[in-house]
Amino acid sequence: MSATDAVLDPVALLAGRLADYRATVHRCHPSGLAAAVATALARTHRVAAPADLPAAWLSAWHGDVVHDDAGAPLALAELDAPAVSVVTGCAVAMAETGTIILDAGPRQGRRALTLVPDHHVCVVAADQIAVSVPQALARLADPTRPLTMISGPSATSDIELNRVEGVHGPRRLDVILTDDPAPSR
Amino acid sequence: MSSVPSPITAARPFPEAARSALADQQLRDNLRRATATIRDKRQRVVDEVPDWEDLRTAGARIKDDVLARLPELLAQFEAAATAAGARVHRAADAAEACRIVTGLVRATGSDEVVKVKSMATQEIGLNEALADAGVAAVETDLAELIVQLADDTPSHILVPAIHYNRSQIRDIFARRMPGVDLSTLTDDPPALAEAARRHLRAKFLSTEVAISGANFAVAETGTLVVVESEGNGRMCLTLPDTLISVVGVEKIVPTFADLGVFLQLLPRSSTGERMNPYTSMWTGVTPGDGPGDVHIVLLDNGRTPMLADPVGRQALRCIRCSACLNVCPVYERVGGHAYGSVYPGPIGAILTPQLTGQAAGANHTLPYASTLCGACYDACPVKINIPEVLVHLRASGPKPPAARAGMRAVARVMRRPRWYRAGLRLLRWAAAPWRLVARGGQVRRLPWPMSAWTAGRDAPLPPRGSFRDWWARR
Amino acid sequence: MRIGLFLTCVNDLMFPGTGQAVVRILERLGHTVEFPSAQTCCGQMHANSGYLAEALPMVRHFADTFAGYDAVVTPSGSCAAMVRESYPTLLPEAAPVATRCFELSELLVDVLGVTDVGAWFPHRVTYHPSCHGLRTLRLGDRPRRLLAQVRGLDLVDLPQAEQCCGFGGTFALANAEVSVAMLADKTAAVAATGAEYVAATDNSCLMHIGGGLSRAGAAARPLHYAEILAHREPAR
Repeated sequence: MSATDAVLDPVALLAGRLADYRATVHRCHPSGLAAAVATALARTHRVAAPADLPAAWLSAWHGDVVHDDAGAPLALAELDAPAVSVVTGCAVAMAETGTIILDAGPRQGRRALTLVPDHHVCVVAADQIAVSVPQALARLADPTRPLTMISGPSATSDIELNRVEGVHGPRRLDVILTDDPAPSR
Repeated sequence: MSSVPSPITAARPFPEAARSALADQQLRDNLRRATATIRDKRQRVVDEVPDWEDLRTAGARIKDDVLARLPELLAQFEAAATAAGARVHRAADAAEACRIVTGLVRATGSDEVVKVKSMATQEIGLNEALADAGVAAVETDLAELIVQLADDTPSHILVPAIHYNRSQIRDIFARRMPGVDLSTLTDDPPALAEAARRHLRAKFLSTEVAISGANFAVAETGTLVVVESEGNGRMCLTLPDTLISVVGVEKIVPTFADLGVFLQLLPRSSTGERMNPYTSMWTGVTPGDGPGDVHIVLLDNGRTPMLADPVGRQALRCIRCSACLNVCPVYERVGGHAYGSVYPGPIGAILTPQLTGQAAGANHTLPYASTLCGACYDACPVKINIPEVLVHLRASGPKPPAARAGMRAVARVMRRPRWYRAGLRLLRWAAAPWRLVARGGQVRRLPWPMSAWTAGRDAPLPPRGSFRDWWARR
Repeated sequence: MRIGLFLTCVNDLMFPGTGQAVVRILERLGHTVEFPSAQTCCGQMHANSGYLAEALPMVRHFADTFAGYDAVVTPSGSCAAMVRESYPTLLPEAAPVATRCFELSELLVDVLGVTDVGAWFPHRVTYHPSCHGLRTLRLGDRPRRLLAQVRGLDLVDLPQAEQCCGFGGTFALANAEVSVAMLADKTAAVAATGAEYVAATDNSCLMHIGGGLSRAGAAARPLHYAEILAHREPAR
C-alpha cells in the first residue's frame, strides 16, 4: 500500500498492520460493535472492564462482567484467573505500525487491567486512527499520563531472533475497528 | 567489595579472546544463523520507509543537540520528573549508582527484585552489588533469564542469549529452571516461552520492587520510556510498589515530540519490526495506577568526560539498537564475549574504551577489532560514524613500542621518493629466494612478521619486473 | 585532460600488471596518462592504524606530486577513499587535489562517460565489491557495468558479496584469526560460483582472497578488474 493510499484509508492500513503482527482484527459498522465484541469473547468466561466502559459494548455478550473501580480495584489474582478477558477502548491508534495507544483515559482503565489478563479486546473507532508515529503522539491529550503502546500480542525474538508470540503480556489481542463509511464530516 | 571484574573492562586482549570464540563451532553456527535472520528482517522494514535517511539525520541531530546542552536538559528533566512525584538521584560512577540503588531496595525491606533488561544496570554490575547486599535480582527478559540461569554473561545488546540455539536453551531450562515441567519442555520456541511465562508469573504478581533502565528520558515532561517485546517490562513497571530506573545521562531527548523520530528508528533497527509489541511511558507517580514510589538514578559513569572529545562523543548518540552488531562481520564470527564488555560489537569497540579510558584492562585493543568495512555506519539509525571513531581512538590510544618504531620507520621511507624506490628494490631482491619454493606464485610460509599472514593464507611474491621499469622502457 | 596515475604502494611492489592495465585502457580510449615517479604511498595504512602524525608528510607529498593534474586515477577504491574522504580533514590544503582523485571506474564512467572499453575476456568471472569502494566512495554498480560490457565475459553473482573479505590492512595481521575466519566464508562463496576469476577494485583485498583460495586449493584466481578491462581479443 502506498503512502497516498494509507492517508486515504488508514483503517485498512491499521487492519493490515495489526494482522501482520498476529492481532485478530474485526471490522464493523458502529452498530455492529456489540456483536463483534461478543464474537471476540467466544472463549471467555469472565470479562474485566474499566468502570466507565459503555454498557452497550457488552450488550450482546452474556456472561460475567466485573468492573475495575478506582475505589475498589480488582485483585491481581482475579485478573490472572483463567479465561478472563479485558475489554477496553483506546486513546489513539497508529496505522503505519499497527499500534494502539492506551493513556489510562476514558474506557481504558489502569495499566494492570490490560496487562494481567491473557486476552485483550480493544475497540478502536476510525476517528481515533492517526497514520504515522509523530501524528499519533501529537494527538495524545497529555503525554504525562501512563502510556502503553501495543503492537500485537506479547512476543519475543530472543530465541534465534525469530519472533514468537505469547510471553508475559496478553497472548491474544483482538482489535475491533468500527468505521462509519459515510462520516458526517 | 565485590571481586567481580568491571563489566566494561576487557580482561583479555581482543585477538586472544576472539581466538577462543572462533574455536567454538557451535557458537559460530548460532551467530551466523541469528545475524543473517535479523539482517534480512531489518532491511525489509527499513526499505519500506521512504524517508529513512531523513529520519537518521533527524535522530543524529536531536542527539547532538542533547549532547551540546546536556547539563541544562538534565536539570529540566529532573525538575519535571520531581514535580510529577519521582525522586531523582545523580550517580557519578558505577559504585555510587550501586550504592544508591542498594540503599533504596534495602529501605523497602525486600530481599528480591524483578528486573527489566537494562544495559545501564549491566554496565554498573548492579546484580552483583545487590547480591553482595543480600538482594536477589531476577532478570525477567527471556534472553536475560536464559543467561542468568546459565550463569553466563550477555553476548549481545538486544538479544543477550544470541549465542545459544533453541536446543541449548532447552537444556539450560531443564537443568536450572526451578519447578520446570520437563514433560512439556521441548526445544520449540513457543514451549520455551511458555516455560518462562510460568516461571516468572508468580514473581511478577508478588514482588514489591522492580528495577529498570530506560530507552529515553524526556526532558520537557520528565517521562521515562521503556521499549520491549514480551510484556515483562510492563509487568515490572506496573505491578510492584517501588520502581527504580537507572538511566544513562545520554538517554535524554528534549521534547516528547522527539520520540516520534526515535520510535520509528529504534524498532526497525533493532528487532526489524515496524514497532515492538510494547512501549511503556511513565511520568513520576500516577495515584491508583502503577508504583507509588518511583526513583530515577541518572548515571554518568564516564559519559561527561566523553563530551569533551568532539569526534568520540558521537558514540553517546547510541540508542542501543544493535543494528551495528548484526551487520558486523567481526561480531558475526566471534560473538559478544570476545569484546570483554557488556557493550560488544562495533559500538562497544568505541563506547567501552571511551567510558573507561583506554588504559583500563585490554580496552585499548578494542578499536582494532574492525576491518573498517563501514557496514556499521550504514546501519546506524543515528549515523554514528563508527569507523571514524575507531581510527580516532587508535590515534589517541597506546601502541606497542615495536609497532610504533616499525610504523615510524616505514613512514620515514614513504615520504622520501628515493628511499621508497630503494625500498621497493630491496624487497624485490629479498623475495628472490622465495621464488624457488613458491607454487603458482604463492608462498605457504614466511618469517615473522609476515608469518601472521601465512598462518592462514598463502602470500603472493613481488614479481621480478616492476611497473617503473616498464614505464621507463616505453 | 592531464591524467596522473597514482599506482599505490601495494601495486608498485606487488602488482605492476594492474598499473599497466590502467595505462592501456586509458590510452586505448585516446587519453594520455602520466606517471609522476616521485609518488609513494597515500598514507592510508598509517592513518587507519592511528599514526596520523606519521601519515601527514605522505599526504603532503601526495598533494605536491599530483598538484598539476586535472584528474588523478588510481586502481584502488580504498586509496581513492583515503585521498578523497580523509585528506581534506587531515590537511585542508590537500582538498583541491583530493577532490580530483578518482577510482578507475569513476573516471571511466563519470568523467569520461565510457562503459564499453573494448575489452574481450572469455571467462567466467565473479565480482567482490571491496568495502571502501562500496561504502565510502559509493561506487555502486560502476565496476559491474564496465565488466558487463566485456565481450565473452560471463559475470556471475557472488553470494553475500557485500560482506568484507576480512583483509582490513593491519587487521589481517593484528587479528589474523578473525581475518582468516572471514576469509574462509569469502573464498567458499567465490568457489561456489564456479568462477575462474574473482575480480575486485583493490589488489589488497584480492591478495587476501587469492591467498585464501590458494591455501584452500580452490581453482579460482584473483584478478584486478582493470586487467580484465585491458584485455583484448588477439588480432587474427
